Amino acid sequence: MRRLVFLLPILIVAILVAVFWIGLDPKRDKSVLPSALVGKPAPMIDLPGLHEGAPRLTLESFQGQLVAINFFASWCLPCRAEHPLLKQISAEFGVPIIGIAWKDKPDDSRAFLAELGDPYVATGTDENGRTGIDFGITGIPETFLVDGNGIVRYRFAGPLSPDGLRNQLAPAIAEAKR
Amino acid sequence: MIPELGHYALVLALVMALAQATLPMVGAARGVRPWMQLARPAARAQFGFVAFAFLALMYSFAISDFSVAIVTQHSHSEQPLIYKLSGTWGNHEGSLLLWVLILTVFGALVASFGDNLPPRLKARTLSIQAMISVGFLLFMLLTSNPFARLDPAPFQGEELNPLLQDPGLAMHPPMLYLGYVGFSIVFSFAVAALIDGKVDAAWARWVRPWCLLSWTSLTGGIVLGSWWAYNELGWGGWWFWDPVENASFMPWLIGTALLHTALVVEKRDALKSWTILLSILTFGFSLLGTFLVRSGIITSVHAFADDPTRGVFILALLAIAIGAPLSLYAMRAPTLRGGGLFAPLSREGALVMNNLLLATMTATVLLGTLYPLLLELTTGKTISVGGPFYMATFGVLALPLLILMAIGPFLGWKRGDVKGALQRLIAAGICALGAAIIAIWIKADGPILAPLGLFVGVWLLVGTLIEFMERIRLFDGKPGRVWTRIRHTPRATYGMTLAHLGLAIAVIGMTGAGAWKSEEIRLLHPGQSLTLQGYDFKLESVEGVRGENYLADQAHFIVSRDGRFVADLYPERRQYMVQPMPTTEAAIRSGPLADLYAVIGEPDGKGGWLVRVYHEPLVTWIWFGALVMVAGGLTSLSDRRYRVGAPVRAGAAQAVRA
Amino acid sequence: MSRKRLRLYLVLATLVVLGIAATLILRALNEELVFFLSPTQIAEKQPNAGQQIRLGGLVEAGSVKKSGETVAFSVTDLSNNVRVSYRGLLPDLFREGQGVVVQGAFDGAGQFVASEVLAKHDETYMPPEVAKALKESGRWQETEGKGTAQPAVTQ
Repeated sequence: MRRLVFLLPILIVAILVAVFWIGLDPKRDKSVLPSALVGKPAPMIDLPGLHEGAPRLTLESFQGQLVAINFFASWCLPCRAEHPLLKQISAEFGVPIIGIAWKDKPDDSRAFLAELGDPYVATGTDENGRTGIDFGITGIPETFLVDGNGIVRYRFAGPLSPDGLRNQLAPAIAEAKR
Repeated sequence: MIPELGHYALVLALVMALAQATLPMVGAARGVRPWMQLARPAARAQFGFVAFAFLALMYSFAISDFSVAIVTQHSHSEQPLIYKLSGTWGNHEGSLLLWVLILTVFGALVASFGDNLPPRLKARTLSIQAMISVGFLLFMLLTSNPFARLDPAPFQGEELNPLLQDPGLAMHPPMLYLGYVGFSIVFSFAVAALIDGKVDAAWARWVRPWCLLSWTSLTGGIVLGSWWAYNELGWGGWWFWDPVENASFMPWLIGTALLHTALVVEKRDALKSWTILLSILTFGFSLLGTFLVRSGIITSVHAFADDPTRGVFILALLAIAIGAPLSLYAMRAPTLRGGGLFAPLSREGALVMNNLLLATMTATVLLGTLYPLLLELTTGKTISVGGPFYMATFGVLALPLLILMAIGPFLGWKRGDVKGALQRLIAAGICALGAAIIAIWIKADGPILAPLGLFVGVWLLVGTLIEFMERIRLFDGKPGRVWTRIRHTPRATYGMTLAHLGLAIAVIGMTGAGAWKSEEIRLLHPGQSLTLQGYDFKLESVEGVRGENYLADQAHFIVSRDGRFVADLYPERRQYMVQPMPTTEAAIRSGPLADLYAVIGEPDGKGGWLVRVYHEPLVTWIWFGALVMVAGGLTSLSDRRYRVGAPVRAGAAQAVRA
Repeated sequence: MSRKRLRLYLVLATLVVLGIAATLILRALNEELVFFLSPTQIAEKQPNAGQQIRLGGLVEAGSVKKSGETVAFSVTDLSNNVRVSYRGLLPDLFREGQGVVVQGAFDGAGQFVASEVLAKHDETYMPPEVAKALKESGRWQETEGKGTAQPAVTQ
C-alpha cells in the first residue's frame, strides 16, 4: 500500500505523456479535403501588371493552356524558400507560371524578383489581397493549376519543396495534362 | 564564419556535457576521485562553449547578418539596437539557446561555489545537470539549429515581431528562464540525493539558495510578462489564463510549495520524500511548459511555430527527464525515513496545509490548461477554458491558503498555539472585515470575490505586520532594545515578511483591478470628450508621428476631473514599416488608487476616431506587491547563513529562531 | 502524537482538500466552459440565447459595416455565415478574408453579439481552431510549414 502511493506520480506522468503522444499525432486532424475550388472555374483575375508597361493580368490571355498561378510576396519567407523551384516547374514540365504579388508593395515585389530571378511569364499585383480572397488562400505561398478551360485542377498550399514538387505537384500536372 | 564557430561551440559543449554526464556518475559509484573531480572543469568548459555560441548568435543579430536564417526572420537593419539584441531570444531557436545557456550557468556555479558539498553529491548533481544539457543540446542541434544559414542571403530581414518590441518583453524571457531553468539545479540535487539515498537538513540547506534564486527570478519574470501584456496588448488586462501564462505559473506555484517544505526538512527533518517529489515536479512543470509552448499542441495566442518533430522530441525529453527520476523515486522514497513528529496544529502542520493547497491549485491550473486537449481527443469537441473557470476553482482554493498564511508564522514548531495566534490576529480580523464592508459599499452588486479577496488581502497584510511587530516586540522595552532586535532578526525572516506582505498587496490589487474595472468605448471627433468614473477624457487631436521604424497616429487626450487638469495621454496606433502589422500602444497614467488607460482604434473616415478608455483601480498595487515579493526573495537570499558556498554551521545559526 | 496518528491526519486533510477541489472543478466544468463552434455547426443547431460560445472562421470579404462604436461583420466557413455585431475596438489584425475567433452569445433576437474578437497574429498563420473548423466544412486544405512567424511570447 505504502509503496503504491510512491508509484502514483510516475503513473500520472505516464498517462499525461500518453495523452500528449496522441495529441501530437500529425494525423490527428489532417483529414485533408481537397480545396472547394478544385473542379470549378477559377475566379476572375484582372490585376495591374507588376512590371513597367506590362499589360493587365487576366486569365483569358492564357486560355487554352495549362498554367500555374503562384501567390507570393516579398515579405514572406517561405516564398523565398520555394522560389528556386518555380523555375523548375516551367522548365521541367513546360507549364508557364503566373505570379500574383499578394498584399505587397509593387516596388518591393519588383526588388524581390530582381534579386531572386523572375520565373513568371506574367505578374500581377494584388495589393489589397482581393484576388487572394477570391481564390480562398489561407496564407502564402499557394500555387494553383488552372487548365485550358479555366478550371482549377489542383491547389498546393504552402511552400513547394523538392519533395512536394515531385510527389504532389508533378502527378497533378500529369493528370491535368491528360 | 562566426555563426559556424558558434555552431561548432555547441557541438563541443555537447561533447563536454556527455563527458560530464557519465564520468562523474560512474566515479561516484565506484569511488574514483579523479573522475568525480572531472565534473568541475567540464561544467565550466561546457558553460564557456555555450556562452560563446550565445554571444556568436547575439553578434550575428547585432551586425544584422542576414545569412543566418533566424536573423532574417526576426530582425531588420533599421530596428533599434536593443531589439536587435533581444531578437536573439525572441524566437524558438535563440530562446532555446538561452535556455541551455542558463542551464550551464547554474552547472558552472555549482561546480565553482559548491566546495562545501560532499564530493559524491556534488559529482552526481553535476552529472544529472549535464544529462539535461545533453538532451537540450541534442534537441537544438538536431531540430532547431540557431545558426542555420540562408543561401543566398537576403539583403534585408523581416524585423522582430512589432509586438515584441517592448522593453519589458526584452527582459522578460531571460528573467523567466532564470527561474524556469534554475529549478533544474534543485532537480539535479534531488535526483542525486535519491541516488545517494540520503536526504537531511544539510541537503535542504544546500538546495535553499538555488531554490530561492529561481523562485525570485520566476516571480520577476512572470510579473514582467504580465506588465507587458497590460502595456502592450491594449486590452487593459494583465492576466488572461492563457496556456502560455499558465505554463510559467505552474512551476511558480509548485516552486513556492517547495520553498516552504524545504524549510521543514531543514528545521525538522520531516516531509523528506514529499520535498524530493516537489523538487522533481517543479522542474517537470518547467519542462511541461516548454513542451506546451513549443509543440503547438495547445492553442494559444502566443505559441511558437508548431512543428510536430520538435514536439515529439521535447515529449521524449520530458518523458525521460521526469519518468526516470520518478521511477527512482518510487523505488527509493519509501526507504527515506521521516524524522521529527509534529502535532497537526503546528508550524509543520500549517506548512503541510500550504503545500496541500498549493499542489491542488496547481492541479486545477493544469486541468484547465489540458482539458480542451483531453476533450478534443475524446469527443472531438473544441472548447476553451477561461477566467471564470479559474476563478471558480483556483480562486476559491486561494482563499483558505491566504487565511492560513497569516496564522502560520505565529505557530511554533512541533506544537502550535492556535488559540493564542488567533487572539493576536484579532486586529487583523477587524481590519479585514472593515475592508470587506467597504468593498460591498463601493459596489454592492459586484462579484462576491471582491469583498472576499479584499478580506483575505487585508487580513494577510495586517496579520504579517502584527507578526513582525511581535517578533521585534515593538512596544516592549527601550527603543535601543527594539533596535537591537531589529538588527538581529535574520535576513531570512525579513525575506518571509516581505514576501508575504508583497503577496498581500498584490492580492488587494488583483481584487480591485478585477472587480471594479470599468471602460467606455466611443466614437469621438477631435474636440469631443467622454466621461468615465468622473474623469473627462477630451480628445484634443490626432496627429501622424514618425518613430524609428514605424509610423503612427498619435492621439492627444486631456484628462480632467471636475474641471481640474489630471493628465495628458498619448495613445498610438503604430504601423511598422517592414512587417505589415499595426500595433496598439496604450497610454497609461498610473496612480496609487487607479490607472487611467486609453487606446485609440481606427478612424471612421469622417474625422472620427474609435477610442476606448479604462479606469483600472489598484493595478499599480499588483506591480508594487510583486516588487516587494522579489525584494523579499533577494533579502532572504542575502542571508549569510544560506549564502551559496557558506560553510555549514549547524548550531550557532539555528539558535536564532527563523 | 504517534506516527500512525499523524499519518491518519495527513491522509484526512488530503482527502478533504482534494474532495473540495474535485467538487469545485466539476461544478466549474459544467458551468464555465465555452464551446467552439463553426458557422456550419451553428446552422445545424442554433445554440440557446445567452450561452457563451466561440465562433471561428474567416471574416467574409465585403461584409464589414461600421456605424459609430458598433461594427457588424459575417464570419464564414465558406459554407455558412453567421452575422456578428460587436461594440468595441477591433484587434489590430482584424481584416476581411482573414481568420478570426469571436466570443459571445446569441441575443433573444437571434443576433450574435460578440464580447471579444480575437484576430490571428500573423499573415501566414491561421489559428488552429479556425483551421479545424474550415477543414470540417471541407473548404480548407492543411498547409504544411506555414506557421513560420507567429509572435513568440517565449513562454
